[in-house]
Amino acid sequence: MLIKPLGLENMKTRLFYIALLLAWSLTSAQAEIFERTLANGLKVVVKEDHRAPVIVQQIWYKAGSMDERTGKTGIAHVLEHMMFKGTKAVPMGEFSKRIAAAGGRENAFTSTDYTAYFQQLHKSQLPLAMKLESDRMHNLNLTAEEFGKEVKVVMEERRMRTDDEPQSLMNEVMNTAIYQQHPYQHPVIGWMSDLEELTVNDARDWYKRWYAPNNATLVIAGDVNAEEVFALAKKYYGPIPKSIQPPRRHFTEPAQLGIKRLVVKAPAELPQLVMSYHTPTVQNLSQDWKPYALEILAGVLDGNQSARLNKHLVREQQIASSAGAGYDSTARGPSLFTLEATPSTGKTVSDVETALRAEIALLIKDGVSEEELQRIRAQVMASEVYKLDSLFYQAMQIGQMESIGLGYGATAVMLKKLQAVTAEQVQQVAQEFLQDDNLTVATLDPQPLSGKPKHQSAGGSHGH
Amino acid sequence: MVTKTLNKLLCNQSALSRARSLLAYLNDMSCLSLRGFAHIDLLATLLKRFGQLMAAIFFLSSTTAHATPTIQHWQSVSGAKVLFVEDHNIPMLDVSVSFPAGSSFDSTDSAGVASMTQQLLDAGAAGLSEDEISRSMADIGAVLGSSVDQDKASVSLRTLSNATERDKALDVMSRVLQQPTFPEAILIREKARLIAGLKEAETKPESIADKAFQKAVYGTHPYALPVSGDVASVEKITVQDLKDFYHLHYTAHTAVVAIMGDVTRVQAEAIAQQLTEKLSADKTTVTLHNEELKIAASEQRIAHPATQSHIVIGAPGMARSDPDYFALYVGNHILGGGGFTSRLMNEVREKKGLAYSVYSYFIPLKQPGAFEIGLQTKKEQADEALQLVRNILAEFIAKGPTEKELLAAKQNIIGGFPLRIDSNSKIIGYLSTIGFYDMPLTYLDDFTRKVEQVSVAQVKAAFARHINPNAMATIIVGAPEGKENK
Repeated sequence: MLIKPLGLENMKTRLFYIALLLAWSLTSAQAEIFERTLANGLKVVVKEDHRAPVIVQQIWYKAGSMDERTGKTGIAHVLEHMMFKGTKAVPMGEFSKRIAAAGGRENAFTSTDYTAYFQQLHKSQLPLAMKLESDRMHNLNLTAEEFGKEVKVVMEERRMRTDDEPQSLMNEVMNTAIYQQHPYQHPVIGWMSDLEELTVNDARDWYKRWYAPNNATLVIAGDVNAEEVFALAKKYYGPIPKSIQPPRRHFTEPAQLGIKRLVVKAPAELPQLVMSYHTPTVQNLSQDWKPYALEILAGVLDGNQSARLNKHLVREQQIASSAGAGYDSTARGPSLFTLEATPSTGKTVSDVETALRAEIALLIKDGVSEEELQRIRAQVMASEVYKLDSLFYQAMQIGQMESIGLGYGATAVMLKKLQAVTAEQVQQVAQEFLQDDNLTVATLDPQPLSGKPKHQSAGGSHGH
Repeated sequence: MVTKTLNKLLCNQSALSRARSLLAYLNDMSCLSLRGFAHIDLLATLLKRFGQLMAAIFFLSSTTAHATPTIQHWQSVSGAKVLFVEDHNIPMLDVSVSFPAGSSFDSTDSAGVASMTQQLLDAGAAGLSEDEISRSMADIGAVLGSSVDQDKASVSLRTLSNATERDKALDVMSRVLQQPTFPEAILIREKARLIAGLKEAETKPESIADKAFQKAVYGTHPYALPVSGDVASVEKITVQDLKDFYHLHYTAHTAVVAIMGDVTRVQAEAIAQQLTEKLSADKTTVTLHNEELKIAASEQRIAHPATQSHIVIGAPGMARSDPDYFALYVGNHILGGGGFTSRLMNEVREKKGLAYSVYSYFIPLKQPGAFEIGLQTKKEQADEALQLVRNILAEFIAKGPTEKELLAAKQNIIGGFPLRIDSNSKIIGYLSTIGFYDMPLTYLDDFTRKVEQVSVAQVKAAFARHINPNAMATIIVGAPEGKENK
């Protein structure tokens, strides 16, 4: 019968099957990854996947918003936009036109830790993609006129994503409270007043400092032969000179000295509560165990519909209309373990905070069950199989791991380490990290659209 | 999961602005949901807002001499239509079952019933509680998904294909589909959650714009009804409403089963039968009466404290079966569907820096779905941007695209065809759409040829037939100060 708790017999079968699956996914999924580093320092990683006649090219630069300094926030992302503005050989607008004419899709993204560019194309178009991408690695044309227009586009992006989005606004403010010194305190998109002050010279400086083969990883995935890819990479990227990469400044976030609380008021209907605890990331792949235990902990709280937060707070107690938890074990900087909840109608942020704290207290006192652990392991393993359906995602995982500094091989090791986490370890990390002195609590206080205080207006007035 | 990391990752171009590639983004988990950076709320918003678009995108596909998957099809003993692609590359299985049970079968009074029916299928079924259903799936790493738009309601499953996992997952799915119990306590809870969500949506400029737009474009047609209903109609939903809707619309002979992945034909036949044999065998077909959709020009300016104006312009567009489909699809690619190279993007963003996201798309449904142009720009320049977009549209309709633009669009669509069928999740989307809309099974094989055949004259004529730039509905939420009319 389907819903009966697993008997010992079943459990053994399950574990055996998972072991098989693990072996399978490691051999078949990881085996076809090849790497080579060109003389100029560009690391090329190839993931062969012959399911469909397509390829993805991604170039990852180890430069993100965390490399920006006060007053220049947003420049990593603005430069990402400027990378589409042309070179001597490929005039403005031509990059996108040529990729489009080849049937391709393209875009780029910037995070706190890195900036990446990608194209997805038929496999016959890989040389074109390399030709264009390698060209803009060192020949970008940066003009004041185009910079002036593009920074306006980015300001619109900021208005859309942050200024007019109460939850993002709260997250932005919250990061300034969480991080006393670490550059994660700045938003990736940049402060509006910095965007207003940035000039084309800032873009030039950024480009010159970070855009170089020895600060990048090239990831090619798809229906390719690795040796042919290396030859093509050498042809197109090989001639680009390496640059001197001065040592990076590393920031150590000072230890938090007590709970921090903040409130953000914004036009909205529903309040929200977010609780973030400082947590470590994976530093030593094989020695560390805490980050993996924290990953499992996040899974136990919010890994599926029947995980604790949804089950207890939303379904049973009906204190929250939604509740969640999350943690990233890999990043260039520090990480956070975050819980969040939106109170149900008639409940308050204080009610959901009490409920979330009760869940934490339960974890610290009683830990997690073997059944819960097993469920998360099964999900981890299944998602390793599902990820094979997306070429793009597989390439992305390689690029991220390389850019963060762990290397693409880390994924397989982390998978094993995740499977090995014990219930006791999960309880230990809950005890160690989910402590008030380590916590920032943010509340979204919804305001009526009219701008008038709530008690004066029932919210019906749309007058100006 | 958590909204914390929303700002961690920024894309050069909003996925929203690229109707054509939205599905690709979601499938590829690229810009919207990175490993560990998943922002489910954003994704959910996107899915909700573009739920209707999702169905459309599956259809906007193509093929030529490129190898296409071999689609097997049959009618199950139950009467359900089945489409199947066998593929053993990855040890996993995708299944979806769709019914003509979308929100267009609601009325003004019952808006939200279709969606709630679909949402509560897994709230309890054949001896399983809600929690038992979710635990059973989680225990084997299986994922049960659902979607509902104006035309259809679907339940989907992704599971490992190993017999142990597969059989368990299919057992739960078959109960959820065929023996839902609609427990009252869960309906009460979900109504409260939905109402809270609807009230929140009423504060968001994009939701306000979308709701006003649907009304302006569809008038009294049931496509105007909000898919999830509104506060007043949701409050009235009873368990009996859900049971009645379920029995009328979730019938075996209207079910479309799509199966993709690591099973054999014999197994697929058994799966299709298992998932539909207990459904109602009633053969009454519920259809919408075909209304001629025509609107006059209108403009609504709605105040909002946001820094940007959200502008939406549109009109009834085309049905999926429209003979002008390919001409309109290719034409729209040039106008505002083709990403960085489209006219709207080039004129509004690249040349003027007026917006981050600007796009246009058709939503082909059973009956004519909307044609929509959208953008966001700071309030002070909203009128300038609106005028610019109107001029671009008027000129496109008056003169059509250039030969050069048409060639570029064809190159992109045809050359990019292999990307449309490069994963199981993309292929099952096509299977479901082809089955649901009675499209030819050769649809994928014919696609690139049909795109290739489109001429400048056809695009121009097709747009002239469908889109009158002087009869468009315009919604501006967060209108420039002093100009609100609402």
